[in-house]
Parts: sequence; C-alpha cells; structure tokens
Amino acid sequence: MKDYNFAYLDEATKRMIRRAILKAVAVPGYQVPFASREMPMPYGWGTGGVQVTAACLTPEDRLKVIDQGADDTTNAVSIRKFFQRTAGIDVTERTHEATIIQTRHRIPEAPLTEGQILVYQVPIPEPLRFLEPRETETRRMHALEEYGLMHVKLYEDIARNGEIATAYAYPVKVQGRYVMDPSPIPKFDNPKLSDCAALQLFGAGREQRIYALPPHTQVVSLDFDDHPFVAAKAPHACDLCGDAASYLDEVITDDAGGRMFVCSDTDHCATRRASGHAGRLGGSEGAAA
Amino acid sequence: MIVVRDVAKRFTLHNQGGAVLEVMAGASLRVGPGECVGLVGASGAGKSTLMRMIWGNYRIDAGSIRVAGVELAGAEPRQVIALRRATLGHVSQFLRVVPRVPALDVVAEPLLALGIDEDSARAQAAALLSRLNIPERLWPLSPTTFSGGEQQRVNIARGFVHPWPVLLLDEPTASLDAANREVVLSLIEEARGRGAAILGIFHDEGARARVCTRLVDVSGFAVAA
Amino acid sequence: MTGAHPLLSVRDLTRSYGTRRGCADIAFDLWPGEVMGIVGESGSGKSTLLGCLAGHLVPDAGRVVFDTRAEGPRDVLAMAEPERRMLARTDWAFVHQNPRDGLRMGVSAGGNVGERLMAVGARHYGQIRSQALDWLGRVEIAADRIDDKPRQFSGGMQQRLQIARNLVTGPRLVFMDEPTGGLDVSVQARLLDLLRGLVRQMGLSAVIVTHDLAVVRLLADRLMVMKDGLVVEQGLTDQVLDDPQHPYTQLLVSSVLQA
Repeated sequence: MKDYNFAYLDEATKRMIRRAILKAVAVPGYQVPFASREMPMPYGWGTGGVQVTAACLTPEDRLKVIDQGADDTTNAVSIRKFFQRTAGIDVTERTHEATIIQTRHRIPEAPLTEGQILVYQVPIPEPLRFLEPRETETRRMHALEEYGLMHVKLYEDIARNGEIATAYAYPVKVQGRYVMDPSPIPKFDNPKLSDCAALQLFGAGREQRIYALPPHTQVVSLDFDDHPFVAAKAPHACDLCGDAASYLDEVITDDAGGRMFVCSDTDHCATRRASGHAGRLGGSEGAAA
Repeated sequence: MIVVRDVAKRFTLHNQGGAVLEVMAGASLRVGPGECVGLVGASGAGKSTLMRMIWGNYRIDAGSIRVAGVELAGAEPRQVIALRRATLGHVSQFLRVVPRVPALDVVAEPLLALGIDEDSARAQAAALLSRLNIPERLWPLSPTTFSGGEQQRVNIARGFVHPWPVLLLDEPTASLDAANREVVLSLIEEARGRGAAILGIFHDEGARARVCTRLVDVSGFAVAA
Repeated sequence: MTGAHPLLSVRDLTRSYGTRRGCADIAFDLWPGEVMGIVGESGSGKSTLLGCLAGHLVPDAGRVVFDTRAEGPRDVLAMAEPERRMLARTDWAFVHQNPRDGLRMGVSAGGNVGERLMAVGARHYGQIRSQALDWLGRVEIAADRIDDKPRQFSGGMQQRLQIARNLVTGPRLVFMDEPTGGLDVSVQARLLDLLRGLVRQMGLSAVIVTHDLAVVRLLADRLMVMKDGLVVEQGLTDQVLDDPQHPYTQLLVSSVLQA
C-alpha cells in the first residue's frame, strides 16, 4: 500500500475535490464544478460518488456501499472491493456500523447519525436540465433564484397524469434557496433528506459537479398547494420481514404472475428478520448473506 | 371649434428630383358649434388637403389649426390621438379595417376605445347599421367583402356612432342611393342640431344646399402653379 | 390613459457592433396606452433597438427609463439583473417573430401559459390551470388543446399561444418583433384583430418592430422610421405614411404594393 496514494486518487486531486466539497457544504444545494478524473469504471457506474468517497476516506473509516438499497449487487460489490484494494479500509453491510456510505438510488431505512457521511452517485445534477438545455441559462436561473420552470415540470405531470407522477429524482428546495436534484432516489426517501444528522454529499462524475447537504439542513420537496407532495411506496408489507413502512422492491417469482415484495434495503430487512420479524413468506428462505 | 389661421402646405418630392410643390398658402376659416361648413372649389384646389391637415394626417407647414382648443401644428401624436378618440370624428371615402373583423365591431370600435362596455357599444352600432339599411345578415361579416355603397355606409355608421363635437365629412353621400342619402343627410342635420361643428366636402349640390349653413371657397388658398 | 410620466423614456440610446453602427442616438417617450411602430428595412437597426429596449442586448450608451409600479421612473439599464429580469417577466412582455423563440415547444400549452404565473409564485395548480384556460380562450385556442404541445399547433396558433403566455401576468409594456411575419395573410388579419383588442382592453403600451406598413397602419398610433441605425422620421402613424417628409420614408411608402 505504501507504493500508492491512499484510496486511489493522488493527493493533489484529493485536495482539489475536498476544496469543492467544502465549498458545497458552505453553500448547501449549490452545484460546485470540479475537475472530475477518469476512474477505472465507466461513467454511469458511480465515478462521481467514488471520487467523493475517495476524497473523504481515512484509514480508520468503515465503508458501506449500496446500490438500490442492496449491498450485494454488482455495482456495490465492485466499488466495495475497489476501496478494499486501494485503501485497505474495513467494510461493512450494517448501516449503523458504517462511517461512510456510498449509495446509488436509496437512503438507508435506519436513521443516520452524526459523524456519518452519505455519498450519493448522481447521473444528472441539474434539476432544470430537461426543461432548459442551456447550461448558461440554468446557472443564471439558479443565481437569480428563478425557479418557475421547476413547477412547470410538476404542472405538466399533473396535467398529463392527474397527479405529480415524478416518482424519483423528485426536486427539492434546500434551506429556502437552491433547487436541487436529490439524485434518482425514490421520492419515498425525500423526507429523510431533511434535518438529517449525517453529512450528505453528491458527486456527478461525468457532469463534474459536487453538491452537499450539511447535517440538519432543511430540505423541502416542491409541490402545489392543491397537490401536496406525498412520499409514496408500494401498498404492501415486506414479504420477508413484514415491515409495512419500508421501501419495497417488486420481485417476479415465476411466469404465472407470481411476485413478492421485499425491502429494497437489504441490511434493514436482514436486521429485522434476525430480531424475529417475519412476513408473508416467513423469515427463513431469503436469509441474509 | 375649428380655427384655421394662415395655413400653408407644400410637398417636397425627394424622389423626383426634390421638386417642391407649393399647394396652399394663407388658408383661414372657422367653424363654430352647430355650423356645417362646406368646402368648395375646383378639383385640385386643396379641399382634401385642408381636411387632412385638420384631421392630422398631413403636416401643417405654416400657420395654425386649432380643434376644440388643441393646436395641431407640431402636436404630439398622443394629443392628436386623444383628440380623435373623444372630440374629432371623421368620415373618409375609404374604409380601412382589419380584414375579418365583423362590420358590427368595426362600427362599435370607436365606442370601445372610449371605454364603453361591449354590449351597449354593439347595441348602438346595430341601431345605426339598421338605420343605414345594412341587412342584419351582413353584420357578422367583414366589410371588406361588401359592395362600395355598403362599405361607405359602414364607414358613415362608424363616423356617427359617437357624438363627436367636431366632424369632418369627405363626400358622405357619394355612391349612395336616394333612401340612404336621405338617412345620411338627416344624420348630419341631427349632428348639427346637437351642436356639432361640421366641415365637409360635398360634390352633391343638393346635399350641400340642404345641410350646409355656409360655404368656403378654397380656391383663394391655392398657390398658383 | 395619460399618466404623469411616460411609461418608457429613452434617451441617447446607442449600440455598435465593433465599428458598425447598430443604432445610435435614439430618443423617444412612450406614453401609457400608446402603440409605437418601428419600421425600416433589414439592417436598419430596428431589431437592435428593440433588443436594447427589452434588455436582450446591452447598449453602449443611453438611458431606458421605465415607470415602475412600485418606485416610479427607474433607469432599467442601471438595475441589477434580478430586478430587470423580474420586470421582464411581470410588467413586460416580448413576442418573438418565431414562436419557437418565445415558447417552450416541449411543454403543453397550459404549462407555457402558466410558467410566468409560477415564476412569480403561483402554487395552486387549479388556479393556474383556470387562468391558463381563460387566456387560451382570449386568444381563441380551444380549451381541449390545453394539454397539447405547441409543436402540434399551426403557426398562427403558436403565435397566439405566445401572446397568451406573455400577457397572463398583466404586463403594461409589450415588445413585438415582426409579430405577424411568416404567417399567411388571413392568419395575420386574425392576429392583428386579436392584438388590437388586447391592447385596448388591457390598456397596453407596445413597441412593434415590423417592415410591413399595413401592419403598423392598423396597429400603431405612432411610427418611427429607421435607416442605417438612425431615426429619420417619427410622428403620428397616418401622418408619416400619408405625408412622409424624409426622402427615405417617401421611398418606403411609394414602394409598397397596393393590394
């Protein structure tokens, strides 16, 4: 390990990224440009999150990596192994044991605590992008707080679907100032963004942007008075652990329409089953890895 | 109400070698409330030129024209527009309208511009169109599709729909049949009766004799070529 | 209709493109309720002038004083950008020649009309929608087209939608750049009639750039004629057209084909 810089990135790059992170923390919700490096994985696989994680890691950290809530998917396993090899740090699948959690598309069910850092992988950081393609114009809109367009998107949703159909990457306003894309987390997770005890960092590698929510930042999901924000989820309980309040994945089990709903947060589900909770299909068959 | 004093007019034709045509000098006249003054003189003597200077679409090169106390020589556009809206009415020989606008709305428009509500403006316009024998089936159609005589009557209706205190009439009875001519003449008499100051050009001698209280020959204002 | 101040008061407005003159020494007062036309051939500086007035271009010199609702006359060019943009989406409107420049083609008609309302803080979907419906009606677009995108509309409908989108916040000053350009003659007439009605009902002031003298005769109270970046003649519209004084205006008027 001594032959390499700790956690893959060279020290100059880490300093550059840390500066961007500090700026992002100082201006919650503001997208700070940074000189994103080539990473040994394709864009879209978390290059932004990996750089932010690498810049934050210390030898004492314990890392958890989740993809859609799960610790055992290809993406999560690859990134976890990457940091085991390049930083030699400890890893874990337990949310409460981790000091840094890199995530793609979910916020863990268990409340985060002070001292933890949650790093989001972000594909497109600009919430206004699909409404206004010009970056010059969207930056000016952020600078001048011209966010009418964001509500146009929600208006279009209601006009077309009768309700705000945006189910993920649901736009939020940070501390009454910047409108922010929370990355493609389900809108079910949006309330957890607000007043969170952990530091939340967002990294977009291809788009070269970092933004942040310092602990206990106020985050409000945009909505209309007569169409208020609803943190929706599938109207079921987990078939494995029986939790009626967690976010669920639908799993097709056969060709005859059979399906089951399971917690998308694998650690949450396993922890519940370990302490004796059971769902429709019992607690035994999907035992945690 | 109309006071014309020592007015001169020339045209400089820049695109024809800068030729300068002096067409009028020393023109003076007055029209008081309840008067109907007819302009007479040979064709080309300057009747229309004088009318246009009073209406404001020709510039006044020298002298003074006051309409209801407003000096038109060198007037700001907004002064002229305000004058035309409330005080100075005009029946020209040509109807200039946006195609597709119904005849009824063409006639009601001056009232709408004065802030009168649409229903009563349309009702007044309808009454006048009936009186001028424009069949009701034509009201919703654009007058651009009408015959010359019908267009002229729409134009007259527009010119009489508001009781303007000052009226300019350019050949109001041209191309009208006897019945409609009679209606127009009585409209002029009624306007005079309510105290309007009227200045007109009438080639129709019978009409001139019937409505005019006085005639002014413009030949004396013409500049010899 | 006449207030104590001009709504817009322009002095010494100059804009160059390098050594080439865009427009120079422009001065005029526009009063509440007045419609002013600007005519001239391509390259005469009329679009540059409109751009400078509307804040799309930064002039090199001059003043553009607007009579604001809250604070009375203010030099727009000296305003901070947030303030100027706020003005541009509340009290001002800009109708582009090409509706694509003034509409969001990927957003429904209702969303296009509602955007300005949402930009100034409207947060009640039902009210935004009913105001959008009201405005679609006023520009003669059928209510059942509210959720259609402008790219499904004809050119004339797109232009009417652009007008609705601009006027929904009840602006007092409208800038129009060739609003009837590129439309069929019959469609032009309908649009002209609509604009006249809206100007009258809302007491709008407007600055309309066009090269079509028939359009200004029907829409504008006053006319400004530009050539080579300078104003060569201005005055009452029918006086400028019926009794033009400047050689260029005479040429312009005499060159019009009579229909």
